[in-house]
Amino acid sequence: MSHTEADFLRREEDAALFRPILVTGRSFWIAVSVLAAIVLLGVYAYTQQLRDGLSVTGLNRPVFWGFYITNFVFFIGISHAGTLISAILRLCQAEWRRAITRSAEVITVLVLFFGVGNIIIDLGRPDRAIFVLQHGRFESPLLWDVTSISVYLTASTIYLYLPLIPDLALLRDHAGKRRRFYQLLALGWTGSPRQHRLLERGVAIMAVLVIPIAVSVHTVVSWVFAMTIQPMWHSTIFGPYFVAGAIFSGIAALIIAMAVIRRVYHLEDYLKPVHFNHLGILLLVMTLLWLYFTFAEHLTSYYGAEPAHMAVFWTKVSGSYAPAFWSMVAFCFVIPFVLLANPRTRTVKGTVIASLSVTIGMWLERFTIVVPTLMNPRLPYERGSYTPTWVEGAIMAACFAAFILLYVLFTKFFPIVSIWEIKEGRAKAVEETTERIRSYLPAGRPAAVENLLRGSFR
Amino acid sequence: MVIDLDKCTGCQTCVYACKAENNIPVSKIPDRTISWMDLLTIVEGEYPDVKARFIPRPCMQCDHPPCTKVCPVGATYRNDEGLVGQIYSRCIGCRYCTAACPYTVKYFNFSDPSWPAEMLASLNPDVPRRPKGVVEKCTFCHHRLQKAREQARAEGRELRPGDYVPACVQSCPADAMYFGDLDDPHSTVTQLARSSRAFRLLEELGTEPKVIYLSEVEWREPHRS
Repeated sequence: MSHTEADFLRREEDAALFRPILVTGRSFWIAVSVLAAIVLLGVYAYTQQLRDGLSVTGLNRPVFWGFYITNFVFFIGISHAGTLISAILRLCQAEWRRAITRSAEVITVLVLFFGVGNIIIDLGRPDRAIFVLQHGRFESPLLWDVTSISVYLTASTIYLYLPLIPDLALLRDHAGKRRRFYQLLALGWTGSPRQHRLLERGVAIMAVLVIPIAVSVHTVVSWVFAMTIQPMWHSTIFGPYFVAGAIFSGIAALIIAMAVIRRVYHLEDYLKPVHFNHLGILLLVMTLLWLYFTFAEHLTSYYGAEPAHMAVFWTKVSGSYAPAFWSMVAFCFVIPFVLLANPRTRTVKGTVIASLSVTIGMWLERFTIVVPTLMNPRLPYERGSYTPTWVEGAIMAACFAAFILLYVLFTKFFPIVSIWEIKEGRAKAVEETTERIRSYLPAGRPAAVENLLRGSFR
Repeated sequence: MVIDLDKCTGCQTCVYACKAENNIPVSKIPDRTISWMDLLTIVEGEYPDVKARFIPRPCMQCDHPPCTKVCPVGATYRNDEGLVGQIYSRCIGCRYCTAACPYTVKYFNFSDPSWPAEMLASLNPDVPRRPKGVVEKCTFCHHRLQKAREQARAEGRELRPGDYVPACVQSCPADAMYFGDLDDPHSTVTQLARSSRAFRLLEELGTEPKVIYLSEVEWREPHRS
């Protein structure tokens, strides 16, 4: 660190938010090396798959889909962490959003690549992936996914970038390194009132646009399954069920990311227990919603008792997928519900444990949706089974590692907490919020009361 | 296609005739073995009152195929003759059709095809070998149809019934399989399809399969637990 940077950090009120970009410690390099090693292992595994085809996986007939498709659904679900939550909080003018929106939006943009990536990894002929654009058929739900996810990726990237511009200008002026890089990205931001007006309008428009797009994304992901006539996939509840599950796992991922950032970069002053408490309450609501959907879905199948459906149902409830199914119930409901319903355990630590539990549980949910249906074809074949191989495990680990690695790198180039929004909040929010609250309340003596009093005493 | 289950002996000649005709690779892994024509076995009752029923199962060539709907690239499609085709050079290997087919008749090439050296010389030159990573299934020996049509054209005549039958039908030693034009009201298959013994697999799904089974005993899907 040069002399001027040190000087700047000493003077700057929000120095802690600049520090990750300006100062790099040993732990960063350790983390990067470990993550990169896992990614390399995954790359090696994938070269094996390219050479020998999907025979290196545990996939078979009839279980044609396994880990990769599960990961696809899971990662797309996690992507709902960011843009959607951030957009809703912005539109609700929730003041506590200021410190968390950026870290949420980054999750969305980065994790989408791994959602799409898993589909390509799953292809028997990845060299022909481009055919989906060249010869795409809109009758196929996969094309709906391609469309919806591309729009979502574009919108989320814009939605991440817009509020980043003032911070890029701050870095351009003060960081003392990568000046040309930040200058290019800051698009000549000077902070004039006109620029602020434009930015606010842009962010507001994107926040509104992004919500229906996000809802569409996970709806069409569920429709990949629901549009077939396979037992326990062909369900009208799947769209909303998947959207709710996506927001559920998204909030959990956000809480975990925030806790790590807070710890590693010492941002306790910015990411406070109140943030975790508020997100914890949101997560609690989603826990209950998840239970409701899961119960409704399974009761409907059970009560209807169609043999083809029941074969899948029993595989999940008491058959070979019972351990996965019941751990899912424990991870998605029992553990988070107990921790989050009690204000005394809804602490930073408590919400993080609940979030880890939800993340594991939601992965299991995706897994128990994909595989048991395929295991139980309608005609009298031998029942299928599925045991993933090390290749699938390594590629999955690599996806997680690569996502975390990109996230870590992002924090080294860009402020992970929006600096200008914090400054703006400090300068204006108290006044604005007071004014807003005042506008909710009745005036000293409303005209109606005045008239009433006059009338009764006449 | 009409398959008379009351005549079927379960000998599996159709299964192996199909494999030889269509260059099906030899695989040692049971749950990855490709078998365009498969013999399903249903065991009913408990010892000593056990009955086994056999059902030869080719592609149903549905009139409303759930598989073609979901293909993102048009690699599987219903052609003008009503056959469900597969274009190996178009398939991206996403296996959406394999997951969507309620009859599970679609097969995926998990690895490059291989045959014992002795078999290489007897591979059928009329049928392409499929590379790893693509989906395939029964085509009702479409290559035979093409050949028969060319023959008819060379002889300057219309295609006649019996000009072409798939390998499974041709090989059935019990004469349990019939093949013909279901649009022709006078064909044998149409007559048989009207029989009171006729049924189709998973008819309730509305897929309109073009494989019709005949059986004295009422068909129902076996219950599983």
